[in-house]
Amino acid sequence: MSWLIKFLESSIGKKFVMAATGLFIALFLIEHLIGNLLLLVNDNGKVYETFTEIMASNYNLPVRIIEIFLFLFFIYHSINGARLWWGNRLARGTNYKVNNPSENSSFFSRFMIWSGTIVFIFLVIHLKTFFFPYRFGNPGNSMYEGAVEAFSSPWYSGFYIIALVLLAFHLIHGVQSAFQTLGLNHKKYTPLIKKLGIIFSIVLCAGFALIPIYFLFRSGGGD
Amino acid sequence: MAKKLNLHLKIWRQKNSQDNGRFVDYDLKDVSTDMSFLEMLDVLNEQLIKKGEDPVAFDHDCREGICGSCGMFINGRAHGPQKGVATCQLHMRSFNDGDTITIEPWRANAFPVIKDLIVNRSAFDRIIAAGGFISVNTGGAPDGNAIPIPKDEAEAAFEAAECIGCGACVAACKNSSAMLFVGAKVSHLARLPQGKPEREKRALAMIAQMEKEGFGACTNTEACSAECPKGISMDVIAQLRREYFRAFIKGEEKV
Amino acid sequence: MSDVKLNSKAPEGSIEEKWKDHKFHLKLVNPANKRKYNIIVVGTGLAGASAAASLAELGYNVQAFCFQDSPRRAHSIAAQGGINAAKNYQNDGDSIDRLFYDTLKGGDYRSREANVYRLAELSVNIIDQCVAQGVPFAREYGGLLDNRSFGGAQVSRTFYARGQTGQQLLLGAYSAMMRQVGAGKVQMYPRHEMLDVAVINGKARGIVTRNMINGAIESYIGDAVLLCTGGYGNVFYLSTNAKGSNVTAIWRAYKRGAFFANPCFTQIHPTCIPVTGHYQSKLTLMSESLRNDGRVWVPKNHDDKRSPDQIPEGDRDYFLERKYPSFGNLVPRDVASRNAKEMIDAGKGVGETGVAVYLDFADAINRLGKSVIVERYGNLFDMYKQITAEDPYKLPMRIYPAVHYTMGGLWVDYNLMTTIPGLYALGECNFSDHGANRLGASALMQGLADGYFIIPYTIGDYLASEKFEKIDTNHPVIKQAEKNVEERIRKMLSIKGQKTVDEIHRELGKVMWDNVGMTRNEKGLKEAIEKIKQIREEFWRNVNVVGQNEELNQSLEKAGRVADFLELGELIAEDALHRNESCGGHFREEYQTEEGEAKRDDENFAYAAAWEFKGEKAKPELHKEQFTFEYVKPTQRSYK
Ligand SMILES: Cc1cc2nc3c(=O)[nH]c(=O)nc-3n(C[C@H](O)[C@H](O)[C@H](O)COP(=O)(O)OP(=O)(O)OC[C@H]3O[C@@H](n4cnc5c(N)ncnc54)[C@H](O)[C@@H]3O)c2cc1C
Ligand code: HEM
Ligand code: HEM
Ligand code: SF4
Ligand code: F3S
Ligand code: FES
Repeated sequence: MSWLIKFLESSIGKKFVMAATGLFIALFLIEHLIGNLLLLVNDNGKVYETFTEIMASNYNLPVRIIEIFLFLFFIYHSINGARLWWGNRLARGTNYKVNNPSENSSFFSRFMIWSGTIVFIFLVIHLKTFFFPYRFGNPGNSMYEGAVEAFSSPWYSGFYIIALVLLAFHLIHGVQSAFQTLGLNHKKYTPLIKKLGIIFSIVLCAGFALIPIYFLFRSGGGD
Repeated sequence: MAKKLNLHLKIWRQKNSQDNGRFVDYDLKDVSTDMSFLEMLDVLNEQLIKKGEDPVAFDHDCREGICGSCGMFINGRAHGPQKGVATCQLHMRSFNDGDTITIEPWRANAFPVIKDLIVNRSAFDRIIAAGGFISVNTGGAPDGNAIPIPKDEAEAAFEAAECIGCGACVAACKNSSAMLFVGAKVSHLARLPQGKPEREKRALAMIAQMEKEGFGACTNTEACSAECPKGISMDVIAQLRREYFRAFIKGEEKV
Repeated sequence: MSDVKLNSKAPEGSIEEKWKDHKFHLKLVNPANKRKYNIIVVGTGLAGASAAASLAELGYNVQAFCFQDSPRRAHSIAAQGGINAAKNYQNDGDSIDRLFYDTLKGGDYRSREANVYRLAELSVNIIDQCVAQGVPFAREYGGLLDNRSFGGAQVSRTFYARGQTGQQLLLGAYSAMMRQVGAGKVQMYPRHEMLDVAVINGKARGIVTRNMINGAIESYIGDAVLLCTGGYGNVFYLSTNAKGSNVTAIWRAYKRGAFFANPCFTQIHPTCIPVTGHYQSKLTLMSESLRNDGRVWVPKNHDDKRSPDQIPEGDRDYFLERKYPSFGNLVPRDVASRNAKEMIDAGKGVGETGVAVYLDFADAINRLGKSVIVERYGNLFDMYKQITAEDPYKLPMRIYPAVHYTMGGLWVDYNLMTTIPGLYALGECNFSDHGANRLGASALMQGLADGYFIIPYTIGDYLASEKFEKIDTNHPVIKQAEKNVEERIRKMLSIKGQKTVDEIHRELGKVMWDNVGMTRNEKGLKEAIEKIKQIREEFWRNVNVVGQNEELNQSLEKAGRVADFLELGELIAEDALHRNESCGGHFREEYQTEEGEAKRDDENFAYAAAWEFKGEKAKPELHKEQFTFEYVKPTQRSYK
């Protein structure tokens, strides 16, 4: 197996890991968005509860396995991203006094580590609210109620919205970059992939953002 | 008609690799817009020599954008504000009267400064020595027309082969990555039938050397391609990765 | 009769068999013994890189040197147009014989038949070799190699890679050499400038170099030394050569006893972008191919300051078409250059400085449409616009001739050995194949023929025939050479006068250009010799070289090169003065036909003038290698 480690530790391999894990997480997010949009169904969480029960059931073996991978990938992605960033910083040595990178590269591509870090912080908080109490603890309310409660706080919702904007930043560069990383590059299709990647990122994050916005307005306006 | 410019220059001065280095300010008057950027520095140097001071050292040779000797970071851009040209092809027309121009050497750990604006780019040579060739000895080559090569493939190979080894890609990349340079050579050779037999070996050897030299990893920022004086395309980096994957999948390495 | 000191070693026998027979009679070095020999290669251009690679492949140990930071930057990289080869892929009647004939005629019958024939013969192998290395030559849709036509030939035999043929060929040779660097067979020393050769017991056994990063004077020992250091066009200050191109290596060899042949044979290229001001540092070539569609003209009236589009047809003088109705704008380089100079001397020059003529594409654009012109010359038009900020699609280009190539160089025999045993000269720095004028796309061919296909054979013969005593860098001759080099550097640094090296170089350039340039005459040449002596004297009295030796010191590097140019300039003028004829790039005003064309004197000057250094104060001694032409009968060129 030494060759595999050698590959994963090479500069190209490390990046390959970023792309593979990143795309996997992005796929999860599609599923996650669809599931969580059920929160918006105005039935006091019936459909949503059914859905989460199925998903969270200990007998749902495929989902449990995927979940383990998801967590491993998250951790690998984050640590690897940080390592790449640190290694690349060291490769520069002295910085330029005057640097004008906006002339030659996109802001998003240079901001990956920071957008990633904020998404990471978001995740910690997010899991603390939704995942650990409900999966391993005794929350004393249903997931739906938990969501309603959490999002009724403007601070909490505001934080979500900011984090989602940064996630969009992350993906605007991330999706198209992942294709390039995997060597999937084509004169005709690459420009298309770039456009679709941006649309995907914005739609995805806007979709997520809808949830806190919805509950914020509901709690502020309705009751 | 040529105009005259008065300029403020901030130039990195460093006596040798041990020296810490610093920026030094110079005022230069009556610079003709017809001058090339390097000619502007020549004029400054003549004035410095007249004053008994050490002239600014910079690499240059052909002065027509093909040898790859020249290269400096001008106002935050590799090879200056214009796209698709090397420093020696930049003209003072690209600047305005009263401008402040900051001039720095390429910055990368793999390119240590030797003096002022001169850096050591021999890492590039070592990468080529590791595998940037087709292993044919002199003599015994088959007729040049023995293997037809589709025009498009030959052109694509040529476009990758245009790299002049200037190092602007490394200088512009936020990660000081040499992927565009390495990709250009790997892509040039892998596209030609003559280069295919060694493609796996070549990719592995060149990447290994690239990493040993201390260049960063590519994160697809694309500054390299944007600043490359020969406009080497991002395709070569994707192809380099494909070649590398291929080498691992085909199992050149022992399991 | 040829001089006794000049044995060309050109083999007997029929011309087709000479090289084959010669190779057969050359001694061989046993494969196991090759690694016992150490060969020094100075220069990594086409000639040097190809030689270093090929010799290392054979098993020799090679040490290669160049002054740039990487061997890939040698000036060969800048060649644009292409490389000739008698492949006859176009089925248009090309052959080795025809290429041989064209090259010999193009050189105005001042080269050695046997060498030129061999060059034509080997041209074919070069293309094969380069293709195998992965050089991406232009191809046709069918996948086969494409060709274009070049001046001085009626067939299409030039192989090319867009406008970057030299780059692609050099990168091929460079990669072959770097492969040997990786294999440990070639030791590469970039940023090392050779400053002397060590001749021990009559044989070249090593070189002295300056490490350009820290100034260390270092010596390297070898069993043979190959100089592949390119041309000396920069003696004119402004030329199309790279800034670092120099004569130093071969000049040091000359001073150690290698004869310098035909120094006055310099080539001036008619289509370059003109000078804009005194700060001008080099000249940029515009490919010869432009004259296929461009029309050269000047205003009929002196000092006509109107913009070119305001000058009506009637006030224009298309002087090449007027004087050479059959060749028109496509006369050879020397003729086109001289005529442009004549117009400018007559006060009809154009542009801000008045030192240019027009090359006008308006007719071609009207006739063929702009898109055809874009396709043919797009990159050249862009380059012109980049430099001049003028749009050549709208206004005619301004062009002027510039020094481009030097046919002269160290005298070598058929084996490429100079008059010092064990010292070889390859590529542009030897005098061998181009006579008094080089045809386009032939220099690349020569450099690669020398390096890939000639030296690997001929050097073995020398090594196998000689005994080599063991020496090291403590040998008194080496120590003395190092001391001389250090002494000279110290002297240059100690003057601390008023003038910069560039100022003096410009002065030399002006004398060379005015008096030893496109046209020459006795009075001007004598004057030049005096002036050069004065400039040289001033250099050693009044130059200001700042800094020290023990650092990267570009002023010092330049100073050393200019000091050598200051000596070479005089030899060029002497050579031009002694050659009482006009031939190729050498035009003596006294020797012209009634129509003003070059008048050769085969009776008295069908020889290579090889100059022997006789001491700093003494005049160099002239030796002659007489040329006899068995296969081609010299004729007078006419392009009327
Ligand atoms: C603008 C231009 C365009 C041209 N276009 C064409 C063309 O289309 N077709 C064609 O056939 N020819 C062309 N030529 C001519 C051709 O390029 C050259 O004649 C040829 O490349 C010379 O090759 P070389 O190997 O002899 O020397 P170069 O390539 O000049 O190499 C010289 C080498 O010697 C080294 N060197 C020199 N002095 C020293 C020293 N003192 N110490 C250590 N190293 C030293 C240098 O570092 C360098 O490596 C062109 C020339 C120019 C200037
Ligand atoms: C929602 C979760 C995330 C998704 C969907 C995601 C997705 C991606 C994708 C697709 C890429 C591009 C990979 C490539 O270019 O090959 C990427 C890169 C990156 N990610 Fe994430 N990521 C996420 C979370 C994080 C987190 C938590 C971090 C923590 C630090 C992070 C740090 C990075 C970094 C630094 C990069 C750039 C890697 C590089 O090219 O050097 N990401 N991400
Ligand atoms: C506003 C939008 C979001 C809502 C309402 C939401 C809601 C939830 C809920 C309720 C859970 C618990 C599920 C369970 O335990 O079975 C959960 C888990 C999780 N969420 Fe979110 N989430 C949102 C956005 C995000 C985003 C943007 C990310 C990624 C960056 C993310 C990543 C995760 C992960 C990794 C888990 C744990 C894995 C799992 O159980 O599926 N969530 N989320
Ligand atoms: S890829 Fe472009 S920028 Fe990089 S070395 Fe080559 S020519 Fe220079
Ligand atoms: S800028 Fe750097 S990150 Fe990659 S795409 Fe170019 S090497
Ligand atoms: S000096 Fe040769 S590329 Fe700029």
